[in-house]
Amino acid sequence: MANPSNEHFSPESHILPVSLYFAIWATLMVCTGLTVFAASVDLGIFNIVVALLIATLKGTLVVLFFMHLKYSTKLTMVTVIAALFWLFIMFSLTLTDYMTRHWVTSGL
Amino acid sequence: MATSDVDIQIAERALQHHFADMEQQQETSTFGMWMFLLTEIMFFGGLFTAYLVYRASYYQAFVEGSQKMELWAGATNTAVLICSSLTMALGVRAAQTGRKKLMIVLLLITILFGLGFLGIKGVEYHEHWENHEFPGPNFHFETIDKKPPVDPQHTEIYFSLYWAMTGLHALHMIIGVGLVSWIIIAGLMSAYTPSYYTPVEIVGLYWHFVDLVWIYLFPLLYLISKKHGG
Amino acid sequence: MATAVQTVERENYLNSNYGIKSWLLTTDHKRIAMLYLVSITAMFWIGGFFAMMIRLELLTPAGDLVTSDTYNKLFTMHGIIMVFFFLIPSVPAVIGNFVIPLMVGAKDLAFPRVNLLSWYIYMLGAITALTAMVTGGVDTGWTFYTPFSTTYSNTHVIGAAIGIFIAGFSSILTGLNFIVTIHRMRAPGLTWRRLPLFCWSNYAAALIMVLGTPVIAITLLLVALERAFNIGVFNPQLGGDPLLFQHLFWFYSHPAVYIMILPGMGVISEVVTCFSRKRAFGYEFVALASIAIAVLGFVVWAHHMFVAGISVYAALVFSLLSYLVAIPSAVKVFNWTATMYKGSISYNTPMLYAFGFIGLFTVGGLTGIFLASLGLDVHVHDTYFVVAHFHYVMVGGMVMAYMAGLHFWWPKMTGRMYPEAWAKLSALLVFVGFNTTFFPQFILGYMGAPRRYHAYPPEFQVLNVLSTAGASILAVGYVLPMIYFLWSLRYGEQAPPNPWNAVGLEWMTASPPPTHNFDETPVVTWEAYDYEHQPQEEITVGH
Repeated sequence: MANPSNEHFSPESHILPVSLYFAIWATLMVCTGLTVFAASVDLGIFNIVVALLIATLKGTLVVLFFMHLKYSTKLTMVTVIAALFWLFIMFSLTLTDYMTRHWVTSGL
Repeated sequence: MATSDVDIQIAERALQHHFADMEQQQETSTFGMWMFLLTEIMFFGGLFTAYLVYRASYYQAFVEGSQKMELWAGATNTAVLICSSLTMALGVRAAQTGRKKLMIVLLLITILFGLGFLGIKGVEYHEHWENHEFPGPNFHFETIDKKPPVDPQHTEIYFSLYWAMTGLHALHMIIGVGLVSWIIIAGLMSAYTPSYYTPVEIVGLYWHFVDLVWIYLFPLLYLISKKHGG
Repeated sequence: MATAVQTVERENYLNSNYGIKSWLLTTDHKRIAMLYLVSITAMFWIGGFFAMMIRLELLTPAGDLVTSDTYNKLFTMHGIIMVFFFLIPSVPAVIGNFVIPLMVGAKDLAFPRVNLLSWYIYMLGAITALTAMVTGGVDTGWTFYTPFSTTYSNTHVIGAAIGIFIAGFSSILTGLNFIVTIHRMRAPGLTWRRLPLFCWSNYAAALIMVLGTPVIAITLLLVALERAFNIGVFNPQLGGDPLLFQHLFWFYSHPAVYIMILPGMGVISEVVTCFSRKRAFGYEFVALASIAIAVLGFVVWAHHMFVAGISVYAALVFSLLSYLVAIPSAVKVFNWTATMYKGSISYNTPMLYAFGFIGLFTVGGLTGIFLASLGLDVHVHDTYFVVAHFHYVMVGGMVMAYMAGLHFWWPKMTGRMYPEAWAKLSALLVFVGFNTTFFPQFILGYMGAPRRYHAYPPEFQVLNVLSTAGASILAVGYVLPMIYFLWSLRYGEQAPPNPWNAVGLEWMTASPPPTHNFDETPVVTWEAYDYEHQPQEEITVGH
């Protein structure tokens, strides 16, 4: 009895080549070196941006390939997106308080 | 690659009674692990929120705190975890292709990398503890270049978050080592076949997640800024 | 559906195995639901005991029954137990666990062993929290605001926090189980559009459980660490920000109220359709409204912090969003009403509780809108107005929905009918008692009576006495079901598979169901709430 899900996935059919895993690994190592190097250069406000961009690239590779998200169901993808979205809600709405607390300087 | 009778028997025995077939069981278990990882993201997320708020408000204090981190330790640990993710992923692949011995070897190497990470972390913790860089009544902070700290109160908060975030991560690492050990033992008892290796796969997912958290912890805690006296 | 009930006892999940081990090591979702029923009922009475103590103290203006320290402990422990150990698990763990696999035509939840683990974790959390309470208590309020909870309180904060932390994992695992089950274990033909609204509501609540609970878990952990090691993440004297605690705390605790109410709304959808003998009006709207409540519920938390010191601009944003979250709730109320319109209404006990829910939840919900408005909130924050508001939604709403659900599915769960006349009387007592207890509190709050004080100015006494009198009636209304439900286990009329002639897969198997739920996996070919094609037999049982 198959369940009425919309996508059909059997991992047996998605055995990735070893070379792909090594390629991802190499990219991750290079990115790590890159982020260490970038931290030693003074980019001002962009230091954090670069650091997070590289981290996100690394994270994306881990999730897509090591965790097989690229070859998984739509439902799994929705789960990952939900996680990111909820983190985003928690961060951004909390920041609406902290970023605007000092806007009003005269007595209220 | 042919599925032997033994393989099918193992898969049949592993099928739980409330599932219609192994495919449903496998998909359900995998989805269950992804859902669990979602909860873990929110769990760490609370700490990241605290970090975000305090770093935004007390940047200099955080810079000074992070400059006391040993860059080589953090970078090496990042590399170690990436390697462990590789061996873990290859270990899952070995399970997929029915290569039991290869799987065991790869998972053992994964554990070694994990223990290596914990060892280096232990060295770092020891160093910070000796320097009184642990929050509480005995906290004492000296900047890397021995100048007076600009905001020691908030650097103490940096360290609180450092210990909490890396500590929680290390705890997850220890659990991960335990899980991989369990998989190895079950694997030695020939529990897995190409038709049934779901536990290997979901432990792999957990392991990669722990790596993923560190991928963010490293730049946020170790690489804030190298500028001195800025 | 008029099959004769056999006099020889059929094999069902209750008699398939005897002995304490068969219960404590069960993985049958129905038995686990029963285990939860017992634990949660026990916690309800303990929480109720604290409520009784509070109301007794408030009979007189002077603080003469207990000291202020003790009073602080009373309302704290009442809140902790009722929120974390009763309301949050109530419908999902008791009714949801029992009914959801049946409703989707499955043999069990997706992860039966995780389900059992969930109960053990709940028990461990409950015992931890109760131990903290019995060995000295907690006095921080269920909200654990810092730095009082981290630094200045001299009570068992860590024990209570750990108890809640542990119980949180029970909630997370239950939510995870529900989500995976509803996605992956539905019977053939059971599309999302045919899913009972009870499943939609519990699914939405499960989303919140899974996404929100981890945040309070880490927050309480930080509180415990801060208290133990004197670090200062939330302590202003050490550079921390107490508002950060509140942000993290309410990030979960606001959506938590939707964890509490959504499953109750799910019960109401089932009861209203059955006892109006009509399909749900605007089914898709009700289903989507559940999801909307779950999502919107996450972006309104700082309305608990309007006067705490957050930026006024953030307060504006949260106020606006808080108005929005009322809309999907209103959609549900309108749809239930429209479902009843031109329906064939029966006034059985579950339906009486549903009526109560709809009216009282509406009052509670509307007063929530008052609180969402910044100007009004400044006036009534920390007064009895707030207390009345949340008791209207939680007790007038949620507990009534829980009672409705218990009565509705009792025949299915136990194979017995409860005595209808006593049940109707209890429902009436609950309604009268509830309103007498809590309506005066709206007035008290508006007049300025602050909450969490054991003494008050004498001009507030009349309303307080009225409130306590109401609480006594309410208590009777809760004690009676305890008695007659237990009585029914032995002496109640045997229940047929479908005593209410309801539509739904759970009614197509025996009462109580066999351990494996269905003899054959059902194939669903009909739409949800297909009451048009259900035989219009009168409900003859339970009189």
